[in-house]
Amino acid sequence: MSILIDKNSRVVVQGITGSEGQFHSEQMMEYGTNIVAGVTPGKGGLKTLDNTIPVFNLVSEAVEQKKANTSIIFVPPPFAADAIIESALAGIDVIVCITEGVPVRDMIQAKEIVKKNNSTLIGPNCPGVITIDECKLGIMPGFICEKGNIGVISKSGTLTYEAIDQLVNVGLGQTTAIGIGGDPVIGTTMKDCLALFEKDTDTEGVVIIGEIGGQMEIEAAQWAQQNMSKPIVGFIAGQTAPPGRRMGHAGAIVSGGDDTAEAKMRILEECGITVAKSVADIGELMKNIMNTK
Amino acid sequence: MKIHEYQGKVLFQKYGINTPKGIPAFSIKESTEAFKTLDTSPVVVKAQIHAGGRGKGGGVKLARTFQEVEKLANDILGMKLITPQTGTHGKEVQRLYIESGADIDQEFYAAITLDRNKEKDVFMVSTEGGVEIEKVAEETPEKIIKIWIDPLLGIKRFQASQLAYGLGLKNDAFKEAVSIFLKMYNCYLSTDASLLEVNPLVKTKDDHIVALDAKFNFDSNALFRQNEILKMRDLSEEDPYEVEASNFNLNYIKLDGNVGCMVNGAGLAMATMDIIKLAGGEPANFLDVGGTANAETVKNGFRIILADDNVKAVLINIFGGIVRCDRVANGVVQAVKELGLKVPVVVRLEGTNAKEAQVILKESGVSIIPAIGMKDAAEKVVAAAINNGDK
Repeated sequence: MSILIDKNSRVVVQGITGSEGQFHSEQMMEYGTNIVAGVTPGKGGLKTLDNTIPVFNLVSEAVEQKKANTSIIFVPPPFAADAIIESALAGIDVIVCITEGVPVRDMIQAKEIVKKNNSTLIGPNCPGVITIDECKLGIMPGFICEKGNIGVISKSGTLTYEAIDQLVNVGLGQTTAIGIGGDPVIGTTMKDCLALFEKDTDTEGVVIIGEIGGQMEIEAAQWAQQNMSKPIVGFIAGQTAPPGRRMGHAGAIVSGGDDTAEAKMRILEECGITVAKSVADIGELMKNIMNTK
Repeated sequence: MKIHEYQGKVLFQKYGINTPKGIPAFSIKESTEAFKTLDTSPVVVKAQIHAGGRGKGGGVKLARTFQEVEKLANDILGMKLITPQTGTHGKEVQRLYIESGADIDQEFYAAITLDRNKEKDVFMVSTEGGVEIEKVAEETPEKIIKIWIDPLLGIKRFQASQLAYGLGLKNDAFKEAVSIFLKMYNCYLSTDASLLEVNPLVKTKDDHIVALDAKFNFDSNALFRQNEILKMRDLSEEDPYEVEASNFNLNYIKLDGNVGCMVNGAGLAMATMDIIKLAGGEPANFLDVGGTANAETVKNGFRIILADDNVKAVLINIFGGIVRCDRVANGVVQAVKELGLKVPVVVRLEGTNAKEAQVILKESGVSIIPAIGMKDAAEKVVAAAINNGDK
């Protein structure tokens, strides 16, 4: 098993005819992702990617004609929230939005719509989701992953890869890895992902990678203390970040007392999570926990 | 992105929010002329910098005569204004705002910002205006009244009334406050602000509600549709290296350490700074080169990092996903050759085509210290920085 996506996911790519959409659709198909359709407004009726994938004007057409139930969004920031809302209203179950730079005003509205329609949104500003050897819905390098029993949740793209690499180096594979995104408002939170991994019978441990800014890691840790039976290794990036400065990600900014790396690491530890002080220790710590189980 | 108070007040006037009459001034002469044009006394001479706490630092003063305005303008223009928010270096004052004084009866606080936990905008008011709101929040949180705004509905009149009742307002002042709160939210929404703060918002003795301050932050992701706001950007308030980096699509923040770093991805960049510190060094910067680390980006990255004389060694840490490590390696070799680098450079490349990259670095003949894994990289770069610093 796995969470969110698997080999049965029927994927529609929003923005499939753009350069990002083309490149990553090819990469995803190479990994084995079942892409059934693409959407680009005004290009309905075309076939793309060596004439194999039909393009529609609307997501609802892809749902009706190709039974798409999962979408991935590669459209520019001004139109990204619109694309999310379109997917949610068309009845898509899992929506991944890769786009970086979506205005927060657009996102708080889009998220309300997603909730009302019982869809699940991952992102925006994220590398996507990968269920190892089954479905890659994102821009991560699939070849670094190996199938196994560890779930990975991260706010950051390249830190997700770093964690996966370390896990593989100590002999631990993954079930599903999720880049949840670094924006202030994102579709699926760390807590939501933990809850999914807790239910997944194949996942035996989870790595969570957070950063400065917001309360998401704390909310997840407090939830885990009450509800999680599986061990968690946590890391928080930004121990050396100065307050009041946005560190790349729109959401990575220290504004109050509880959103510093130090405070988050302390609270994670208090909630029973094994905290890696150094990013280089994530893999080893998880290995030690798995060996003593 | 931030703007100055006087620019915020232009926005307020556009959205129908009462402000005192005021005129921006860039020189002593413009200041005294503003005084004559306003034709009122007293006036307030206000330093315009992108930081709060200006009054405390001596950047906001009352003047009653032409001579007083002249003297204050002379004193404040060009001064290094130090406030709790500027850091110890302070900020040079280049602009003033000359504003009519107000006949204040009561001072309030009002602000709108995003509540990240609730994922809604929160509108806060308090009767404790004119003072540090952080202190009020800590000591007497019950004195802050909050309403949360449904993103699909927008602000409703009853919510604005709730805020005005909370301030104890009655009659005409109540009605005016309700109207101003609605306009404030409209202004916040229409400009894609991430913070709109008025401290103080006052009730005058003749029962009007007037904004004496205007502090804005804007969502930089939304600037593509906010041309009017973008025109208000004052680059002289920003770090020149950070501005230059942003021209190359690099995300750079200068820090005080001696180990420079160049990384792909914001999270990995922060983690790299952290591990440099753990290895006993101090990071000199945050630099995210993003998804396109080619020879040109690496070269520009080097230029910006090395413009800081404190830097004694540089760590390049790239986890190639879509970015191919062999291309990055070629970029590093080319940049090191062209720039004739004097500082030691430690390179850690992992991910797509990492093996090919190692070969390229090894065979290039340029003196690059290769590293395997982040711990190894951090230890090597810190040792190199210490070594270089001792020379």
